[in-house]
Amino acid sequence: MNEIIEKIKESGLKGRGGAGFPTGIKWESVISALEKRKAEDKNAKAYVVCNGSEGEPNVLKDDFILENYPEEVIDGIRIAMETIGSEEAYFVLRHDLFEKHEKNLKKIIGKKNIKLFKKTGGYLCGEESTMIETIEGKERKEPRDKPPYPTEKGLWNCPTLVNNIETFYSVSLIAAGKYQHERFYTVSGDVKKAGVFYFPEYWPIEKVLHKTENFPDEDFFVQVGGGASGKIYAENELVQEVSGMGAIVVYIISKTDTKQLMKKWIEFFYAENCGKCVPCREGVYRIKEILEKEEISYEDMKDILFNLRESSFCPLGKTVAVPFESLIEKIIEKHE
Amino acid sequence: MNKIKIKINGKEYSVNVGQTILEVAKKNKIEIPSLCHHPDLEPSSSCRMCLVEIKGVKDLKTSCSFKVEDGMEIMTESPRIQKARKTNLELIFSQHQEECSDCVWFYNCQLLKMAKKFDIKINRFPDRKTNRKINQCGAIIFDQTKCIDCRNCVEICPVDFLEVEGRGAEIGITESTAENKECINCGQCILHCPVGAIEGLGEFEYINDPFKDKNKTVVVQFAPSIRTSIGEEFGLPYGEIVTEKLVAGMKKLGFDKVFDTSVGADFTTMEEAGELKERLSKNEKLPAFSSCCPSWVKFVEFYYPEFIPNLCTSRSPQIMLGGLIKTFWAEKEKIDPKNIVVVSIMPCVSKKYEIKREEMKIDGMFPVDYVLTTRELAYLFKKNKIDLKNIEPQVADDPFGMPTGAGVIYGASGGVFESALRTAYFKITGKNLENIEIKEIRGLQGVKKRELKIGDLTVKTVIVNGIRNAKKMLEELKKDPKAFDTMEVMACPGGCIGGGGQPVPTDGEIRQKRANALYEIDEKKELRLAHENPAINKIYKEYLTSEDIIKPIFHTKFSPKKKTPIKELKNSRETEKL
Repeated sequence: MNEIIEKIKESGLKGRGGAGFPTGIKWESVISALEKRKAEDKNAKAYVVCNGSEGEPNVLKDDFILENYPEEVIDGIRIAMETIGSEEAYFVLRHDLFEKHEKNLKKIIGKKNIKLFKKTGGYLCGEESTMIETIEGKERKEPRDKPPYPTEKGLWNCPTLVNNIETFYSVSLIAAGKYQHERFYTVSGDVKKAGVFYFPEYWPIEKVLHKTENFPDEDFFVQVGGGASGKIYAENELVQEVSGMGAIVVYIISKTDTKQLMKKWIEFFYAENCGKCVPCREGVYRIKEILEKEEISYEDMKDILFNLRESSFCPLGKTVAVPFESLIEKIIEKHE
Repeated sequence: MNKIKIKINGKEYSVNVGQTILEVAKKNKIEIPSLCHHPDLEPSSSCRMCLVEIKGVKDLKTSCSFKVEDGMEIMTESPRIQKARKTNLELIFSQHQEECSDCVWFYNCQLLKMAKKFDIKINRFPDRKTNRKINQCGAIIFDQTKCIDCRNCVEICPVDFLEVEGRGAEIGITESTAENKECINCGQCILHCPVGAIEGLGEFEYINDPFKDKNKTVVVQFAPSIRTSIGEEFGLPYGEIVTEKLVAGMKKLGFDKVFDTSVGADFTTMEEAGELKERLSKNEKLPAFSSCCPSWVKFVEFYYPEFIPNLCTSRSPQIMLGGLIKTFWAEKEKIDPKNIVVVSIMPCVSKKYEIKREEMKIDGMFPVDYVLTTRELAYLFKKNKIDLKNIEPQVADDPFGMPTGAGVIYGASGGVFESALRTAYFKITGKNLENIEIKEIRGLQGVKKRELKIGDLTVKTVIVNGIRNAKKMLEELKKDPKAFDTMEVMACPGGCIGGGGQPVPTDGEIRQKRANALYEIDEKKELRLAHENPAINKIYKEYLTSEDIIKPIFHTKFSPKKKTPIKELKNSRETEKL
């Protein structure tokens, strides 16, 4: 087996874009898909895509990494290209990150065939298949049905490896033997010292809050994973590991209007969903409508959330249910 | 083919690889509800009604897109599936403003059937699209208040006239305002819309118009392909031949005479065969294009006007027959043609547009006054409690009641040229084809390229159905003008048997059955060559004695077309007549 993949697997690295898929296995599936293609066509290609299109509110790590460790990220992309046998990579950046880091990244990339791509479109274009559609120049930026997964049929239908900025950064450290099983955490919300921090992975929520001196002295709850799609945890659940994109948003209960919070979330999903499938297009519309009424119909809302979770076409719709269901169950219904 | 073993609801099935779960289920009579799925289209997996559970797979999957794999265990029913489908259906209903009494799906509405099955409250969520636009474009009405955003219409539209606009809940389907995009009235969008958001002009509010003037002689003619499709609306099997029951039904409706457009087709064959002979022998205006499909004609006139000279000038069967009714027949029956109303029953919405083309007029009169689609006639029958299934058969009226088999196969792709070539062969060689069945140009494939021997001539002929295919052929001709000699084009898949005015649902399997039945009629006919139809030979001999008489009734001209303005309607019933 390939040495670098062996090392990645040993490290236990999981994708840092939110879904947490084991990185080694993903790389292997791209390699085997490419091998299969090459058996039929020796000119078959594979692509590497670095996802820097972070659209999730309250996640700030991509900018932080690009500011401080751009060489490692580019090195990680290079390693991926060499490992899977790809001659071309795309580095997709959210438009503001593109403006800010383009010059420096170009310098680091030098002659490597890594193309910087300014993300067009919104939140959903961070979803890997939608991002691929975007790079291909499709007018409507909408997700693809899976399977086939991008590892098998991605960019221009070629096997494609899509990893997050932080994943490539970690790969670079693994290759250099410097990886310490650490990750980036973003802490924000009702805290005194918001920011991006670097600690060992899988730390419990409370440990991150304590170490960053952000543990509130009032009743609170947190949203973990991202400021829109993250899950809500109550104060008695803080031993949970920090997951997803490593973001913790703190809400002090006395300062938080849960209805307003839900409205903020739904406005976000209303603006960002593509409109392709019924549960997301219609469900999000109806939740918005329910929240605009004085009295919230939780019966309707719960049915719609179940439906979003179970039947949406892509991860966006499925994750809409996550913050709402956990907030209703753990906070709203507890305090009634 | 490779067989694999799968389980559906605990029962084992041995199935071919490469199929979707939905296809396998359908073949094995396992019901899975689906709405946006249409066999003509790639799955869009957007309505989320066909969800199933697969053992070992976390998420529910859409059976329309998910392919079977060896050892797969599928559950098509469970409380989890049921709940998701139910809410999805309620949400779909909240997009769809019901207008059930005026809908192409009226008697066969999938939405209502599902509503009953899942026992949902169809108004759980209020209709959210009541203020959306209803637009008319030529002979088609696009009603956004009913649209469920599945985009089947956008996918099927062969000229990319329909577009998706906006995002999220603000998404909508719009007609293109671009100057270089034009609807060709083919109506495939109507057949592929699962909820009746698109309909033909006048469907169904003008169906009684032909009968409004009691003092007039109302004559009806019916297209070749109707006879093997309308039975479906009355629960008869796909492809059931109902010619004489259909005639009886129309007589019962009160039409004074019932004529067969297939006789008009025999005249078209005679004229077109003449044109083919002329063009092939003089080697001019080649390749010669068929011109009886009005959507194809409009496509050429709008998108490829440089090919207008290639269109044969012979009028379409309904226009020829309408013209003869108002001239020859009116004289014979001593009726003032102004007091004759000609109604055509067509598998087509484009025919509604064709009859209003100014150049069709003979002495200031339109040859045909009304076109009703297959669906509209079925609706009229039902409203008048005429059950086609159990009616006593009757034959169509003289002198336009007895077509040849050649006139009947016009309804299937390849049929027009098969008929024309049978007669052209006779006109060119003086002999009849030894085997008159030109099977190599039959079938539902989109493009059929064949070389046919006519005496000393080798004719490179192309048979096309579907405008996207036609476009490819025209592009090929642009590169090589001598790529072929003749081309038959039907805008709709499979020809008129798959026309935009046909019953819903229509799909590949159904089209095949309707087409097969037309060939069956031909096979059983004694007369199968247009030039041997005594009725039309008599008329040629007695009435159509000079070019001056023939030309205005049987030939037409074409001209480049400009974009039709899109009209916004107050409601779907107040359509603007063409």
